[in-house]
Amino acid sequence: MSTATATPTGTTASYVPSAETLGAVMAPGARPPRPSPVAASLAFGWRAMLKIKHVPEQLFDVTAFPIIMTLMFTYLFGGALAGSTSEYLQYLLPGIMVTSVVMITMYTGVGLNTDIEKGVFDRFRTLPLWRPAALVGMILGDMLRYVLAGSVILAVGLALGFRPGGGVGGVVAGLGLLIVFSFAFSWVWTMFGLLLRSERSVMGVSMLVLFPLTFLSNVFVQPATMPGWLQAFVEVNPIAQLVTAVRSLMAGTPDAGAITWVLVASAVFATLFGALTMYRYNRV
Amino acid sequence: MRDPATGLAIEASGLVKTFGSTRALDGIDLAVPAGTVYGLLGPNGAGKTTAVRVLATLLRPNGGEARVFGHDVVRDADAVRGKVSLTGQYASVDEDLTGMENLTLLGRLLGHRKPAARDRAAQLLAAFGLTEAADRQVKKYSGGMRRRVDIAASILNTPELLFLDEPTSGLDPRSRSQVWEIVRSVVAHGTTVLLTTQYLDEADRLAGRIAVVDHGRVIAEGTPGELKSSVGTGTVHVRLRDAGQRPEAGRVLAAALGAPVQAEADPVALTGRVAGDDGRLQAGERAARALSELAAAGIVVDDFSLGQPSLDEVFLVLTDRPAEPAGDEMEAA
Repeated sequence: MSTATATPTGTTASYVPSAETLGAVMAPGARPPRPSPVAASLAFGWRAMLKIKHVPEQLFDVTAFPIIMTLMFTYLFGGALAGSTSEYLQYLLPGIMVTSVVMITMYTGVGLNTDIEKGVFDRFRTLPLWRPAALVGMILGDMLRYVLAGSVILAVGLALGFRPGGGVGGVVAGLGLLIVFSFAFSWVWTMFGLLLRSERSVMGVSMLVLFPLTFLSNVFVQPATMPGWLQAFVEVNPIAQLVTAVRSLMAGTPDAGAITWVLVASAVFATLFGALTMYRYNRV
Repeated sequence: MRDPATGLAIEASGLVKTFGSTRALDGIDLAVPAGTVYGLLGPNGAGKTTAVRVLATLLRPNGGEARVFGHDVVRDADAVRGKVSLTGQYASVDEDLTGMENLTLLGRLLGHRKPAARDRAAQLLAAFGLTEAADRQVKKYSGGMRRRVDIAASILNTPELLFLDEPTSGLDPRSRSQVWEIVRSVVAHGTTVLLTTQYLDEADRLAGRIAVVDHGRVIAEGTPGELKSSVGTGTVHVRLRDAGQRPEAGRVLAAALGAPVQAEADPVALTGRVAGDDGRLQAGERAARALSELAAAGIVVDDFSLGQPSLDEVFLVLTDRPAEPAGDEMEAA
């Protein structure tokens, strides 16, 4: 980090405010028109990029965590569930990719919660802007993290012997669908990020929601072996539908029903939780 | 720019804001003339920050109403946001980003294209003596530099009203006077400033009018001079050439001021209370007489100063109790 190598300050002691120079910068120039919603969101997205640049450690959870998940479950369950690890990997990889990326979405809420604690949002909230821009920009930045996590898992999978039948097109389409859903699902966490008092409680609630959603699904095993009531839950679990859709795209046999289901669920999540988030955001 | 009807930048009546059972604002009335510095003075927990947050559209009041340049802060919040900017008590800039990045980001959010935003950022950094620190993360800045970049961010679009929430709390004396100088330049260019502070001397130096706030209410309002004379007492501080003359000097001063005199830890220093305007004499005249009586008694005075009443004394007089913090202001905000 070039910026981290700071030299001791030489400017504070010597600075003498001059009415003349300050006056010159105060002179009201022509104000530009307000930025469009897209421009404002992109500016906030740029902020998210800058934060990654300055605090690259925050990428740890989107790189190391998915690698560990993939290795762990492939070798833990592979032999027992599918007879061999490479066989199991064909089934597991799309699911573990969904699990990891969806788990990472919770950091959106945690990040927003800490951001608001710090006070910089006070300034953002007093700007005459399209109101959701700060949050949309933040999630745009997080989407980069989702893409990164997905790509890392894909790379590990390919190295271990994952051979998707859908080829490059199928894989890209599967990853794309996952990112779309994750963008929509992130609004659940922005709501909790605004609603709950501390980073810790956001984390706690996220885990409480995410563990059952990801594990009580078809990520690790075929639901056929589960008791009837659990199968019924898996049937309506959006994560299971997402896994089915991503799996089908990557295998080259798109399941139109599951894909439609995921797109509709994404629209519902984004609209409903987006609205709840903004309601809360305007009343923090 | 002012509300054409009233000439006021801020007009608030009966503002109430509750947090649970705490009444952070308990019916605040304010009338801030455009183009001036207006001080909100009070201890921690008095409701200053809450008042600023309501006026800056960050909080919705539970009762009463407020207009900024004629725009209602609840119904017409967007129009208010177009005219104000806020430098909060805690950093209102992103500490992970550099000074340059912070100001460029803000420029873009205010509608500048990226090159124009960068130019404006560089110009502001230069004016605030931060060019050298431009590419350093704000979290590595000193307290004074942080304040400056925060204020620079607030004037990026030359707001018509600037909120400064305790701009000098925690700063060293040099950084404090730098902030004061900046505030003077800002108001000289027509921006109205609403400043909150715990220090009477700060309000005195900067503000044209002051409202003293306590328990969410305005308990006194006026020019600094009016407030001080309503409080009435100040102090005179004297340093003698010869420590041996101190006992005698103490007697002369006490007689002339009509009040007890305290010996300080410094063996040549004395402090006495000066009563305010009692109809016969102003505090300054009374102190001047006391000094000439010291000279007449052959006591050599090296240095003297006339101190203002402190915020503690203002509070004591206005509320009959000392200015104890009534609670944590952040808790209430």
